[in-house]
Amino acid sequence: MVLVLALGDLHIPHRAPDLPPKFKSMLVPGKIQHIICTGNLCIKEVHDYLKTICPDLHITRGEYDEETRYPETKTLTIGQFKLGVCHGHQRLTSLFPIYRLKVISWGDLDSLVMLQRQLDVDILVTGHTHQFTAYKHEAGVVINPGSATGAYSSVTCDVNPSFVLMDIDATRVVVYVYELVDGEVKVDKIDFKKTTATTAH
Amino acid sequence: MISDGVEDEDKWLASGIAGLQQNAFYMHRALDSNNLRDALKYSAQMLSELRTSRLSPHKYYELYMRAFDELRKLEMFFKEETRRGCSIIDLYELVQHAGNILPRLYLLCTVGSVYIKSKEAPAKDVLKDLVEMCRGIQHPIRGLFLRSYLSQVSRDKLPDIGSEYEGDADTVMDAVEFVLQNFTEMNKLWVRMHHQGPAREKERREKERSELRDLVGKNLHVLSQIEGVDLDMYRETVLPRVLEQVVNCKDELAQYYLMDCIIQVFPDEYHLQTLEILLAACPQLQPSVDIKTVLSRLMERLSNYAASSTEVSNGMLYSWLQSSNRGTDDDFMVQVLPEFLQVEAFAKLNNYIGKVIEAQVDMPIAGAVTLYSSLLTFTLNVHPDRLDYVDQILGACVKKLSGKGKLDDSRATKQIVSLLSAPLEKYNDIETALKLSNYPRVMEHLDNGTNKVMAGVIIQSIMKNRTSISTSDKVEALFELITGLIKDSDENLHDEIDEEDFHEEQNSVSRLIQMLYNDDPEEMLKIICTVRKHILTGGPKRLPFTVPPLVFNALKLVRRLQGQEENTAGEEVATTPKKIFQILNQTIEALSTIPVPELALRLYLECAEAANDCDLEPVAYEFFTQAYILYEEEVSDSRAQVTAIHLIIGTLQRMHVFGVENRDTLTHKATGYSAKLLKKPDQCRAVYACAHLFWVDDSDSIKDGERVLLCLKRALRIANAAQQMANATRGSSGSVSLFIEILNKYLYFFEKGNSEISVSAIEGLIELITTDLQSDNTTSDPAADAFFASTLRYIQFQKQKGGAMGEKYEPLKV
Repeated sequence: MVLVLALGDLHIPHRAPDLPPKFKSMLVPGKIQHIICTGNLCIKEVHDYLKTICPDLHITRGEYDEETRYPETKTLTIGQFKLGVCHGHQRLTSLFPIYRLKVISWGDLDSLVMLQRQLDVDILVTGHTHQFTAYKHEAGVVINPGSATGAYSSVTCDVNPSFVLMDIDATRVVVYVYELVDGEVKVDKIDFKKTTATTAH
Repeated sequence: MISDGVEDEDKWLASGIAGLQQNAFYMHRALDSNNLRDALKYSAQMLSELRTSRLSPHKYYELYMRAFDELRKLEMFFKEETRRGCSIIDLYELVQHAGNILPRLYLLCTVGSVYIKSKEAPAKDVLKDLVEMCRGIQHPIRGLFLRSYLSQVSRDKLPDIGSEYEGDADTVMDAVEFVLQNFTEMNKLWVRMHHQGPAREKERREKERSELRDLVGKNLHVLSQIEGVDLDMYRETVLPRVLEQVVNCKDELAQYYLMDCIIQVFPDEYHLQTLEILLAACPQLQPSVDIKTVLSRLMERLSNYAASSTEVSNGMLYSWLQSSNRGTDDDFMVQVLPEFLQVEAFAKLNNYIGKVIEAQVDMPIAGAVTLYSSLLTFTLNVHPDRLDYVDQILGACVKKLSGKGKLDDSRATKQIVSLLSAPLEKYNDIETALKLSNYPRVMEHLDNGTNKVMAGVIIQSIMKNRTSISTSDKVEALFELITGLIKDSDENLHDEIDEEDFHEEQNSVSRLIQMLYNDDPEEMLKIICTVRKHILTGGPKRLPFTVPPLVFNALKLVRRLQGQEENTAGEEVATTPKKIFQILNQTIEALSTIPVPELALRLYLECAEAANDCDLEPVAYEFFTQAYILYEEEVSDSRAQVTAIHLIIGTLQRMHVFGVENRDTLTHKATGYSAKLLKKPDQCRAVYACAHLFWVDDSDSIKDGERVLLCLKRALRIANAAQQMANATRGSSGSVSLFIEILNKYLYFFEKGNSEISVSAIEGLIELITTDLQSDNTTSDPAADAFFASTLRYIQFQKQKGGAMGEKYEPLKV
C-alpha cells in the first residue's frame, strides 16, 4: 500500500495566502510516500513546504511557476500503475464537460485522454481548472485535484480548496478527495482496478 | 605585592582557622567539664581571630562561619548553665569582662539570646542594649559581621505579633525599631567602606562591598518576615525609614541594591499601595544609579501580580476586543484589579518615569526605551482595555527619540522592537496596533534593516491570527507601517540586498494583500485603490511580486459583483466591473514598463476572461489587444512564445462574448502567430490546437468544420516538413509522434460530428503512420509505438461499443 498525495494550483501568494489550516494539519510528514504536484505553487517556499511532507516530490510546470525548470510533463510508476502528470494549461482543458467523480466512457474526454494515450499512462493527473474532477473510464483514470488553496480561477467560479490522496495497492487504486466546503472537510472516493497492461502491444 | 595578595590571604586565613580551632578545642574541654571561667576565656580567645583586618569579605566569611558554629555550642552551654542555677543576669555581666571589644560583643549577643529566651527581662530592653552596644565596632567588615550575627541570633526572638516574646511592654513596634536600627547601622558601615582606604584600590573595594550586600539586605528580609508589619505600619514607618536611609546614604551601590531589595522582599500589594512613596524616592537617588532597572523590576512585579489575578478575566478581554472591533466598547468593563485603578498605578508610574527620564539627562536612549517598554508591559497586563495609555507611552517614547533620526544603537533598537512587539503579542490583532497613532512614529526611528524586520513581524502576526483587514483606512495605516517593505528608502539604494531575503519579504507582502477584505464592494474597491497607490511606488523590482495579488483581489471583486448584478439592477452603483477593469488595465500596464511581458500577458488574459464573464465585449477585446501587443513586441524567447500562444488559444477558445468580427480578427491573429513559431513541432502543435478555435462544442455558432480541417491539414503539412527536415539534417525521419497527435485530433472532430473529417482521411493517416513506424530508417521510438498502439486500441474499443458511436466508427478499417 502506497499513499500518493496529488495537489496543485496553490497560487501562493498571488491568489491565496497559504493552505487552509485544516489541510495543513492533515498533511503531516511521514505518512505520504509520494507527492504529485501539477504546478502553480508558485514560489520556492511552497516547494520547500511540500518537501517537508514528503521528500519524493514530482512537479510539473504551471504557467505561473517561479521555477522554470519544472518539466511540462512527467511520468512515474507506482505499484503496477503508470502515472502521468501535466498541469494542463497547454491543453484546452475546458473542452470537456465538468462532471465530478464520474464513470464515463473512454472517449468522452478530449485532449486529456489524448495526452493520456500519448504518455501511455493509467492515471493522468492534471490541474489548471481549479475544479476537482475524477473520471474513470475503461482504460484508466483522469484526476484533477483542484486547487489546494481554493484559489481564484478564471475558468471556474466558486472554487473550494481540495486535494487528492491515492491509495495504490498493486493493481488497485482508491482515490480519496478531500474538499473544504464551508469550513468542513468532506471526503469522497472512487476506486479503480487495472485490468489491461498499458504497454502491451 | 598585590599579585601575591591572594596567597597571603590564604595564609592568613589558614592561620586564623588554626588559632580558632585550637581555642575551640580548649573551649570544648571547658564546656565538657562545666568550667565556665575557662569556657569564657577560650571562647574570647577564639573570637579574637575575628579581629583580623587582613581578610577580604569572602575569606572573613569563612572564618566567621566557623566561629558561628562554635558559638552555637556555647549558647547551648549558657542555657544549661542557667538551668543549673546560674543567673542569666550574672552571666550577662560576666561576659563583659572579656578583654577585647569584639569577642566581648559576640559573647554578649550570645548570652543576650539566652537572656531573651529566659524572659527575665523584656526582649526589647535586651535587644536595644545589644544593638546599641554593637556601635562599639566601627570597622566595616567586622561591624557588619557582628551585626549580622546579632540579627541572626535575634531573628526568632523578636516581639512579633503572635510570638511568645510579645507582651505588654514588648510590641511589634519594638521589633521593627530594633531591626531598623540594626539595618541603619549596618548600612552606614557598608557605605563607609566605600570611603576608606587608598583610591587605587577602589575598584577592588567596591567588589568586596558588593559581596557584603546581602548582609545588609538580610535586615529588610527580616522586616518583611515580621507578621506585625501590616500595610499601615509598612507605609507609616518601615518604608519611609528605609527609604530615608537609602536616599541619605548617597551611595550608588547601596541605593541600587537596596531599592531592588525593597522591591523584591516586600509583598506586591504593599508596593501597589505605597507606589507614590517608593516612586518619589527615585528622582532623589544619585544620578548614576541604574534606576531604570529598578523601576523595570518594580513594574515587572506589578504586572505579574496583575496578570496572576486577571487570568480569570482573559475571556472577558477577548470579548472586549471583539466588541471593540465592532466599535462598541462602551458597554464593556474589563475586570482588572480594582486596586490598580484605585491607586492610579498607571498615572503614577507614568508620571515618575517621565520625571526620572527628565532628571537623568545622560540616560542612554536604550535605558529610556527599556523603561517605556516595562511600563508598556505593565499597562498591557493591568489595563488591557486602555489603548490610550499604550499610545501615551509610545508618544512619550517618540518625544524622547525626536531629533535623533534613525538609531544606530543596537541595544536601543532591540528595546524598541520589544516595545513595538508587545502590543502585537498581547492583542494578537494588528487592528489594535493600527489604532495607535504613535506606533508608526516610533517605528520610523528604527534603522532600515530593523524596520523591515518589524514590518515582517507585523505581517506574520496578521498571517498567524488570520486577521482580515477590512477598511481602506486601516489598510492605509498598515501600509504606512510596513512602508519599509513597500518602497526603497532613500538611503538603501546602494545597499546590497540578498536576493532570497528580498523574495521572501516581497512574498510576505503579497500574502498580506490576500488578507485585505471587505464584504462591501465599495469599501473593497477603496481598499484595492489604496493598495494600488502604495505598491505602485515600489519600483520595478517589487511590482512583479505585488501586482499579481492585487489583480486577483480585484478579479475576485469583479466576480462578486457579477453575482450581485441582478439584485442592484436599476440602481446607481458606484462600484462596477467596468470601473475595476479600468483600474486593472492601468495596473497591469505598470508591469509592461519593467518589463515582465510574460507575466503581464497572463494577467491580461485573466482579465479578458473575467470581462467575458461580465459580457463586456469591448473591455475583453481591449485586454486581448494588450496581450497580443505584448506577444508581438516583447515576448521574444521561443519557449515563452510557445507557452504564451497556448494560453492565448486556450483563453480565446473559452470566450463567448465576441461578435463574429472581433472573434475573426483575434482567431486569425492567433493562427498566424502559431504558424510563425520557431520550431516546426511547436508550429504544428499550435496550429492543430487552433482547430479548436473554430469548433466549440457548446456553441452552435462556432462550428466551422471547413476551417477545422484547414488547420489540421496545415498541421499535417508542417509535420511533414518537420520530418523532412529531420531527415535531411540527422538522416532519420525523426519522431512520428506529431502524426499520431494529429490523428487523435482527427478522431476527436470526427466523433464531434464534423462532416469535413472523412473516414478515408483517417484511414490514410493511419496507413501513413504505420508505414512510417515500419520503415527502416526510422529509429525505434517506444513512446511513439505505445501512443499509436493505444490510439488503435481506442478505435477498436469505439467500434465494438455499438450504438451511435459504434455506427460512426463502423466504416473505419484498421
